[in-house]
Amino acid sequence: MATLVGISEKLTQKHSKLQLKAVSRSFKTAQGPFVALANIDLEVREGEFLCVVGPSGCGKSTLLSLVAGHDHPTAGEVWTDGEPVREPGPDRMVIFQEHALFPWLTVRQNVEFGPRMLGLPRREWHDRCDYYLRLVHLSKFESSYIHQLSGGMKQRVALARALAAEPNLLLMDEPFAALDAQTRDLLHDELERIWSETGKTVVFVTHNVREAVRLGDRIILMTFRPGRVKSQFRVTLPRPRSLEDPAVALAARQVLAELREEIDMAFEEEYVHEA
Amino acid sequence: MKRSLRLFIFYASLVALWQFLTGLKIWPPYLFPSPLSVLSALRLGFADHTVPIALATTMKRVALGYGLSVVVGVALGFVIATSRLLEDTVGSLVVGLQSLPSICWLPLAVLWFGLSEKAIIFVTVAGSLLSVTINTVAGVQHVPRIYLMAGRNLGARGFRLFVHVLFPASLPYVVTGLKQGWAFAWRSLISGEMIFVTLGLGQLLMMGRDLNDMSQVVAVMVMIMAIGYLIDRAVFHNLESRVRQKWGLEGSPR
Repeated sequence: MATLVGISEKLTQKHSKLQLKAVSRSFKTAQGPFVALANIDLEVREGEFLCVVGPSGCGKSTLLSLVAGHDHPTAGEVWTDGEPVREPGPDRMVIFQEHALFPWLTVRQNVEFGPRMLGLPRREWHDRCDYYLRLVHLSKFESSYIHQLSGGMKQRVALARALAAEPNLLLMDEPFAALDAQTRDLLHDELERIWSETGKTVVFVTHNVREAVRLGDRIILMTFRPGRVKSQFRVTLPRPRSLEDPAVALAARQVLAELREEIDMAFEEEYVHEA
Repeated sequence: MKRSLRLFIFYASLVALWQFLTGLKIWPPYLFPSPLSVLSALRLGFADHTVPIALATTMKRVALGYGLSVVVGVALGFVIATSRLLEDTVGSLVVGLQSLPSICWLPLAVLWFGLSEKAIIFVTVAGSLLSVTINTVAGVQHVPRIYLMAGRNLGARGFRLFVHVLFPASLPYVVTGLKQGWAFAWRSLISGEMIFVTLGLGQLLMMGRDLNDMSQVVAVMVMIMAIGYLIDRAVFHNLESRVRQKWGLEGSPR
């Protein structure tokens, strides 16, 4: 039974939550134009968990910035829910690697920030935040300040804060890369559980192939710069999954084999110098 | 050994050494007063009310001057920080003016405001305001971009982004500015009072000199030192380290 299926099908706009059409992003530098992303076509279905994998420097984070609206493409269009993306907003919440939690607010106040900005009536956002704090198992810490929490707890708060804004899309930029392996494992389980409970559409950027296979429904492989979509895989392993599962490791090996060329290119560019 | 105990032993030994040195009579008492005579000068000053009046006057002035410099300084800092143009132009003027010792403002202040309280308050503000502003501008510049991105992501824009994200995020530096501003305000005021000669601790010090009463001079110096140190330590040092800890800029104290 194939647990990893290479795919090349195209979805119709009706089903997509997110669409990138011929998106390119280049930067002007002193050495001339630097092309971070070239001609990306991408579609994500509602409720799908998409993982974007690639070597460092392939433009994964740039891609996420474009979807979030923090950055704008030099060519092409980004659409969510049939609307073009113009600026950042609570419908596309980003979770960064370095938590961007506000240290002057308590855990609860951080989670309430989004709903407050949306101008919801107090009772509604109070209940909403109760729900999400419970979802990430941090209700007991709602009066703590950020500096009192561990790294894993901070990312859980970041998750609760993002979810409390009730986004259409959850964009995660290597959110667990700075955490130790055990915490990361726990958070994988939490994320999978939360995702299946809330049905959110997730775009998860990572350089860790095993993590991508463990979490994703679909994996997009990107080339070294300029970043292009090299190939796609559908992961059909049953859920809930585990990082230690040999099937996960096997599937990861297949993806890694394709990724290897790109990693080697990145390595050569960054580490090898002409004498 | 607890910190306060250590401090007490240190200062007690220092005073004992001082008393010992005066006992040796190497220098005449009008050049080198003993701690006992300084203490009696202090007691006298409290008894005939000259010290409490001077203290009250000085503290009132510093509260007004410092308070004013904080309000104006922080506001000015945020205004400057909003635009690159302002930062380059007005910002450079602020830095330039800050290198002026505040006492340089006294002649102008007296000309503009006459020999009045306003003049001395002006000197206090001039010394303090600029460093509050400079630190506030630095605070805004050092706000991690990621906070602003998160704020925008959560739907905060323009004024709301300022109030709910930018302002609180810049507080650690603003607090440092408050601490520095206090130091400048206190020093500017005392120097002003010494030259300006109208009530206050500075004037009390000069009066001691005029009367050739070195015990009084040293007594006032000790008071000035004590107040400056206590407020800096008890108010600002704690505030600064607590804010920096909470904002994640430093770990717990040792």
